[in-house]
Amino acid sequence: MAFERILLRNVGRPNSEKIDTYLEHGGYQALRKTLHEYTSEDLIEMLKKSGLRGRGGAGFPAGLKWSFMPKDSDVTKYVCVNTDEGEPGTFKDRLLVERDPHSVIEGAIIASYAVGAHRAFVYIRGEFFLGVKRWMKAIDDAYARGFLGKDILGSGFDLDLSVHRGAGAYICGEETAMLESLEGKRGEPRLKPPYPAQVGLWGQPTLVHNVETLACVPHIVLRGPEWFASIGTEESKGPKIFCVSGDVQRPGNYELPLGTTLREIIYEHAGGIKGGRKLKAIVPGGASTPMLTSEHLDVPMAFETLSKAGSMLGTGGITTMDEDACIVDAALRLTRFFAHESCGKCTPCRVGTQRLMGILQRIEDGHGREGDINRLLGLCHGIMGHTFCPMGDAAVNPTLSSIKHFREEYEYHIEHHRCLAPLQ
Amino acid sequence: MLAEEQKSVLHSGTPTEKQARRSMLLTALYIAQEQHGYLTKEALRRVAERLGLPLNDVYSTASFYSLYRMETAGRYAIQVCDGLSCHLAGGADTLTDYIRQELGIEVGETTPDGLFTLQTVECVASCGTSPALRINDELYENMTPDKVDRLLDQLAGR
Ligand SMILES: Cc1cc2nc3c(=O)[nH]c(=O)nc-3n(C[C@H](O)[C@H](O)[C@H](O)COP(=O)(O)O)c2cc1C
Ligand code: SF4
Ligand code: FES
Repeated sequence: MAFERILLRNVGRPNSEKIDTYLEHGGYQALRKTLHEYTSEDLIEMLKKSGLRGRGGAGFPAGLKWSFMPKDSDVTKYVCVNTDEGEPGTFKDRLLVERDPHSVIEGAIIASYAVGAHRAFVYIRGEFFLGVKRWMKAIDDAYARGFLGKDILGSGFDLDLSVHRGAGAYICGEETAMLESLEGKRGEPRLKPPYPAQVGLWGQPTLVHNVETLACVPHIVLRGPEWFASIGTEESKGPKIFCVSGDVQRPGNYELPLGTTLREIIYEHAGGIKGGRKLKAIVPGGASTPMLTSEHLDVPMAFETLSKAGSMLGTGGITTMDEDACIVDAALRLTRFFAHESCGKCTPCRVGTQRLMGILQRIEDGHGREGDINRLLGLCHGIMGHTFCPMGDAAVNPTLSSIKHFREEYEYHIEHHRCLAPLQ
Repeated sequence: MLAEEQKSVLHSGTPTEKQARRSMLLTALYIAQEQHGYLTKEALRRVAERLGLPLNDVYSTASFYSLYRMETAGRYAIQVCDGLSCHLAGGADTLTDYIRQELGIEVGETTPDGLFTLQTVECVASCGTSPALRINDELYENMTPDKVDRLLDQLAGR
């Protein structure tokens, strides 16, 4: 059952964040190979063949995104590394950046070379104090060893990379809000299209990638796209870091092939549910993804299978709830997150999430009224598809999915003015 | 836009000097906040002047981001994660209640000696090591009331 650690191969080593540790274990070999053996077209082809899809939540094919960047060499282009990780239940990017920042930097340099960008930015969540320090130190060291700056490794390719710190706004993880924030503005999303690959930072074509996506790139270059594509399922290739939290024995990050079942992740790797209790609900890919139940344990964690099961792979952040958990309370907490983080730009999201939260709160407090379930559903449908950015759709998922799977718990709360779960 | 015009935009020097200055706003606000622990009116005015931006624009941007404070806070801002995973790990409410009692303040308040402010925050990406809390620049994971006790004592210099 042991799967080779690829993305997490360094994180357990002493001084894993140091450039010397990274170099001792084959670090920057992929960059060397890239600069001396491959053209931009080769790399885009390789990425396409590998089947790598974005790990930031949306799962867009990375090779395709690279190919959308204009080829014209006099156009100023940018690359942005999205380190804004804030999706509840997700804690993989922080690990990579704190413990193996060079693997992400190497991926970012290769991506910049492939799309012809000479300027790249790291956008990091303002709260990641250690991450900021680790990023800065790693970037300094990469400059000192000639992996960044002018004429990288004698190839004639120049690249500058710097860190921008966000300041506490979940929405800045959304790529266009991130660009606004990088420009020094309020982090409100832009209308898409145009996509950042066409019109991005300061109006220029910009490639935005998640930390984990970029960390895959050096491995694809070194070991080949066929090797990468041999891992995973039909539509979901490669290794994935699954973050497991909630009511499991051994919460943590587990790197496994895409397509590993929820059962294997939860019961074999994370040690099953604490105290031998029964599993009740699973949020499979971060707070934005619809809840599933113990009946879905045999669903493989892959883009296509989760979507068939009515949810999404999202970030791969799996939150587990045992039989004692109150579903209304869980939906309330997840919804409260979105209500807090709504950027306020559009009404259905700003007002709708507040209203959802209010009704969920009164049901949870035992003051639910007849018709509240329908009121919730009505609100969700009023928000879904009517917002400026995808966060509106995400915000209704906890409510919609929990009513779908656990309607009787809502009914019980409303009828009996209290919770069905034994310990609440 | 005409294709020619679009091309000239794409090929122009980017960012312009003005855009580059603007992109420094978040950093400038962090620096300005360091002096008093929050953004005073005077500090905001200075930032606006230095970057050549209207004051209301600087204010509006600063108010968008939760890490900028517009009013004083205690020397130590205790931020307990109130996310779902921390709650499931038996943390969020227990820790918050415990700290409220220990310090005699409600969430959002500061102790009279100006030492501690208690806040709750959303997921801090430590769900695997929950419950988690932050005090200023430090993250504390796998917290228990006992550990909180020791931490408060240490910070209060007791
Ligand atoms: C509300 C919202 C928040 C997001 N937060 C993040 C984030 O914190 N980190 C991230 O990498 N992507 C986040 N995304 C996805 C980005 O918009 C974008 O798709 C991603 O960074 C692209 O990189 P990838 O293709 O490598 O996944 C978010 C999207 C939305 C709608
Ligand atoms: S959906 Fe929400 S987060 Fe997105 S733009 Fe509208 S208000 Fe902002
Ligand atoms: S829920 Fe507390 S760290 Fe994620």
